[in-house]
Amino acid sequence: MARVDIDNVVKRYGTVQVVHGVSTAIEDGEFVILVGPSGCGKSTLLRMIAGLEHVSGGTVSIDGEVVNDVAPKDRNIAMVFQNYALYPHMTVAQNMAFSLKLAGVSRQEMQAKVGNAARTLGLETLLDRFPGQLSGGQRQRVAMGRAIVRDPEVFLFDEPLSNLDAKLRVQMRAEIKALHQRLKTTTIYVTHDQVEAMTMADRIVVMRDGIIEQVGTPLDLYDTPANLFVAGFLGSPTMNFIEGRIEGGRFLNDDGVSIAAPGGLPEAPVIAGIRPNLVGLADKGSPFEVLVVEPTGAETQLVLQAGKTQLVALVQGRVALQPGASVGITFDPAGLHLFDRRTGTRLPQMSPS
Amino acid sequence: MTKKPSLYFSASQVTMVRLVWMTVAAILALMIIFPLLWMTSISFKTAQDAFSPTLLPASPTFGNFTYVITEVPFVRYMANSLFVSATVTVVALFFHSMAGYALARLRFPGRELIFLAIFSTLLVSLPVIIVPLFIIVRAMGMLNTYAGIIVPSIFNAFGIFLLRQYYLSLPREIEEAAVIDGAGYWRIYWSVILPLSKPILAALAILFFLANWNAFLWPLTVASDQDLWVVQVGIANFKSEYSAAWNYMMAASTIVAIPTLVLFLIFQRQIMDSIKTSGLK
Ligand SMILES: Nc1ncnc2c1ncn2[C@@H]1O[C@H](COP(=O)(O)OP(=O)(O)O)[C@@H](O)[C@H]1O
Ligand SMILES: [Mg+2]
Repeated sequence: MARVDIDNVVKRYGTVQVVHGVSTAIEDGEFVILVGPSGCGKSTLLRMIAGLEHVSGGTVSIDGEVVNDVAPKDRNIAMVFQNYALYPHMTVAQNMAFSLKLAGVSRQEMQAKVGNAARTLGLETLLDRFPGQLSGGQRQRVAMGRAIVRDPEVFLFDEPLSNLDAKLRVQMRAEIKALHQRLKTTTIYVTHDQVEAMTMADRIVVMRDGIIEQVGTPLDLYDTPANLFVAGFLGSPTMNFIEGRIEGGRFLNDDGVSIAAPGGLPEAPVIAGIRPNLVGLADKGSPFEVLVVEPTGAETQLVLQAGKTQLVALVQGRVALQPGASVGITFDPAGLHLFDRRTGTRLPQMSPS
Repeated sequence: MTKKPSLYFSASQVTMVRLVWMTVAAILALMIIFPLLWMTSISFKTAQDAFSPTLLPASPTFGNFTYVITEVPFVRYMANSLFVSATVTVVALFFHSMAGYALARLRFPGRELIFLAIFSTLLVSLPVIIVPLFIIVRAMGMLNTYAGIIVPSIFNAFGIFLLRQYYLSLPREIEEAAVIDGAGYWRIYWSVILPLSKPILAALAILFFLANWNAFLWPLTVASDQDLWVVQVGIANFKSEYSAAWNYMMAASTIVAIPTLVLFLIFQRQIMDSIKTSGLK
């Protein structure tokens, strides 16, 4: 096991810079997820850690040792790819044993290790099959098996679940998490799916356009997003953003929204963020018109509008409202996030909770 | 042709079009098969009979075959052809696959230029370069040797091009997985790339073998020693020596055609595949 330090890492392809000097540290045994929209440089960063991409600037260290110029096989890492990348002409057992064979491991040891990994992942009965004869989930498990047998210090995953269907994805999510609990190997996991990030990570690194926007535990990021991007990226349904201003200790806008704001804020244009589950229905709240009603059984999602302000509300249970109806809306002031309208950064405020 | 009913044409129109296409295909096939049938027919005819316009020989005979095999060192020519074709095929595939892989995957300065240079040789045919090639081979002292026949036939831009395109289409992740597993370039080529190229190598092997089996101009040019003659040179020789031994020539041609036909029947699918993947025809 080992810690991974990324220090001011830059990646350029020719003259185009795609990673702009990012720094972060992954502790020994930690499960860290790099998350961000497609094209933000997550894979590039991961591949630099793996040694598949040359580092254009800064340093990547594993276990305190700079590995910029160390070959991938000597970095003590194992990687699981999005498209499994199994060797199609080798059986499951041969796929898993390939790295051991190259390392000159003895036959017995090889069999023992492959057997162990297969047992861990429930692949014992599939060892003689070829990848083409396996389902997507089984292939992904073989790919993980191939990583496990090497007993690496760091696991790297690049969107390992994005080719699986939704149900299998949930199941594999749990399996990967359980695997980490058991092996306690430092893991860096890339995904564009914020649900995966929220549910699996010890800590999340949110990236955008080649920079790190924020690092923290899933709940930290959910509760105190550092800027509009992080606030909008994490959480489902997406946080509501309402343009308005601070006036007389309250957040106000022209469409009748009024929420108590924490004290000590200058009167200025701001954007308020409030999660849909903290928007409530009440007779004497701000008046909104119902646009869409989406019942999912346990809860109901409403799309509401007043003037130019559109909101999503997620309320428990069922509501007897039709589109076109008028309804009063209240906001939980404890769940109010305020962002500077120009820079999009979170406004310093007393933590209300 | 789709199985779904067409929105724009009635069923009878579709049948009509299909009939027309099949007739055209049948005519084309006949045009290609007819010379083969004629060749086979003549090979069973006697010398006097050779020019009779009937497809079925009046008095069929095996005499031509017996003559070709016993009176002329035709078996020797066959053995030469087999040796040359097999050697060229094996050596060419080995080098072509390495070259194709390097051009597809390794990054080195001048890669595109080298590829372009190789590719451009597709535009130049053998007769154009045969004189300089002959001079070079003579300077290397390879006239009248197997090496002289074999070595110049090994280089073939088509094979390199086809393999390069194929390697470009392989998912990169597989090779990256191998890199992480600790494989170097050579190991990746040998343990991952080569096994994955089996289908295309099989197809190319057939094409190369056939091309060399049918080679005439270069073997004729480089080897005057009769012991080194390949079958096509041997066949052509019936013409000069016996002025018009068409019955022998056709018997020899029939014998020579048999291995290629057998190869084609066995490997039909791979041949089709290779033509399809190359996008060339
Ligand atoms: N080999 C390459 N050459 C040039 N640009 C690249 C290359 N690989 C990735 N990029 C660019 O780098 C950026 C980040 O890519 P990537 O790390 O794959 O994003 P993602 O976060 O979706 O994994 C993208 O804009 C992509 O176009
Ligand atoms: Mg990616």
